[in-house]
Amino acid sequence: MNTLALTAGRLGIGDAGIAAVLGYAVVFVGLVLLMCVVILMGKAMAGTRNNASASAPPQAAAPAAPAVPSAPPAPGSAGEVKLFDVPDKEAAMIMAIVADKMGKPLNELRFKSIKEVK
Amino acid sequence: MDILQTLSKLVNESGFAGFFLNDGWKYLVMIAVACVLLYLGIGKKFEPLLLVGIAFGALLTNIPGAGLYHMEMWDAYVNEAGYDPINNVALYETTDDGIRKISVEEYLAGYTGENKDKVEESIVEHLSFTDVAHHGGLLDILYIGVKAGVYPCLIFIGIGAMTDFGPLIARPSSLLLGAAAQLGVFFAMFGAMLLGFTGPEAGSIGIIGGADGPTAILTTSKLAPHLLGPIAIAAYSYMALIPMIQKPLMRALTTEKERQVKMEQARVVSKVEKIVFPIIVAVFVILLIPSTAPLIGCLMFGNLLKETGVTERLSDTAQNALMNIVTLFLGISVGATTVATRFLTFQTLMIVVLGVVAFMFSTIGGLLVGKLMYVLSGGKINPLIGSAGVSAVPMAARVSQDVGREANPNNFLLMHAMGPNVAGVIGSAIAAGFLIAVFGG
Repeated sequence: MNTLALTAGRLGIGDAGIAAVLGYAVVFVGLVLLMCVVILMGKAMAGTRNNASASAPPQAAAPAAPAVPSAPPAPGSAGEVKLFDVPDKEAAMIMAIVADKMGKPLNELRFKSIKEVK
Repeated sequence: MDILQTLSKLVNESGFAGFFLNDGWKYLVMIAVACVLLYLGIGKKFEPLLLVGIAFGALLTNIPGAGLYHMEMWDAYVNEAGYDPINNVALYETTDDGIRKISVEEYLAGYTGENKDKVEESIVEHLSFTDVAHHGGLLDILYIGVKAGVYPCLIFIGIGAMTDFGPLIARPSSLLLGAAAQLGVFFAMFGAMLLGFTGPEAGSIGIIGGADGPTAILTTSKLAPHLLGPIAIAAYSYMALIPMIQKPLMRALTTEKERQVKMEQARVVSKVEKIVFPIIVAVFVILLIPSTAPLIGCLMFGNLLKETGVTERLSDTAQNALMNIVTLFLGISVGATTVATRFLTFQTLMIVVLGVVAFMFSTIGGLLVGKLMYVLSGGKINPLIGSAGVSAVPMAARVSQDVGREANPNNFLLMHAMGPNVAGVIGSAIAAGFLIAVFGG
């Protein structure tokens, strides 16, 4: 198989097979290498975060604990939902839809966070 | 003034007369095909944003006498041959050995007297985009954006600005699924070569399996521009049919137990990681395969605009105004290439069949590697997310979600499937880069 044969005219079954296998292998190798780079990037970022938190000055003494510890969420409560770029109204709709699709009452579900996927 | 002669001239020069000339019936058939495509786009909502434009471009280009698009001029441009704009003739002929260019002198031998002088004066020996703008119709001018590879890249800026790579960064192994789901590209390419297509043609047909319209258009416009119409139509039609193509394969290739797997929530990705990611990917992938530069460069540029948080206006423009404007031009100019005499061939039928084969094998490739990851992870990865590696964002990820929920109503695979889904975009761009590097000459 040579470049000239690939760019001009038709290919025999052998050359066609080699071109196809080579192409698939190149895509695989390329993305495996990229995966390694992304893993390294994640580790480097995690390392930076750990170093930053280790070198940060200690927090001021925590305020005195409240006299009455807050009670755990009641069984079946929705808990405290953290919303990321989601208005309250949409969050309520999403929770209602999920409850409907799962066939469970809303008060038996606990939502931890809702984030808009952009 | 001779009224009868004038009326006769008007009738003979009208588009209706064109239907009764040689192969005129083919234009009628193509107008009907364009109407069917319009129905699919409008009535059935098959990728309407592009299919309606492509269908209307197909309609306009097949109205005899409209002169909006000149296939022969682009043939001359591609083959670097001369072009006679008066008679719309490309100065080359096809022989068993390939293309034989016809010299101006040889061509003019068929003319005499005043006609010869007129034609000789107008012949363009080496067409440039300026000549196309000078002699072409409206759709020829818009098509320059396709031929120069501008529209697909601008669309990639918009896609980048709309894509959240967070799920991919959180689970980098998603890239394996994005790679696996390119199987159909190379399987269909192999099949096309066996069916007698040339290497560049086969590569262009194979890239349909990447399930990425702009990538398919860019690759085909560089490798086999004469096949652009059928390939673009096949790519966008099958993308709309993804649920119908993928769901049966997903059910057939996975067990009920595998489909029920609930995946653990991926880690939270920091803002810095999201900003660094497009920079690293652009540099790394372009260094690895330089021919991916236009697609990967634009995709990552758009994503950087989104993630920086300081270029919101640009990100908004890329996602909306720019994307809409380019989609308009891209659709109608790609549709213009479906000229009846070139489109209504057995070749088109083969492309349509190979296109569906490409989609099916891409899905199978993703699912098989998904199953492998299920085994290697001790049952923590749901293999259904593998089929989302075919790109087609976000439709393929939604299909994974739907099939997963059929097996387990409490299963939410969408976010997990988005990782392979966006990995598929990078994978198909790399596949396209490989094809352009190998077959682009």
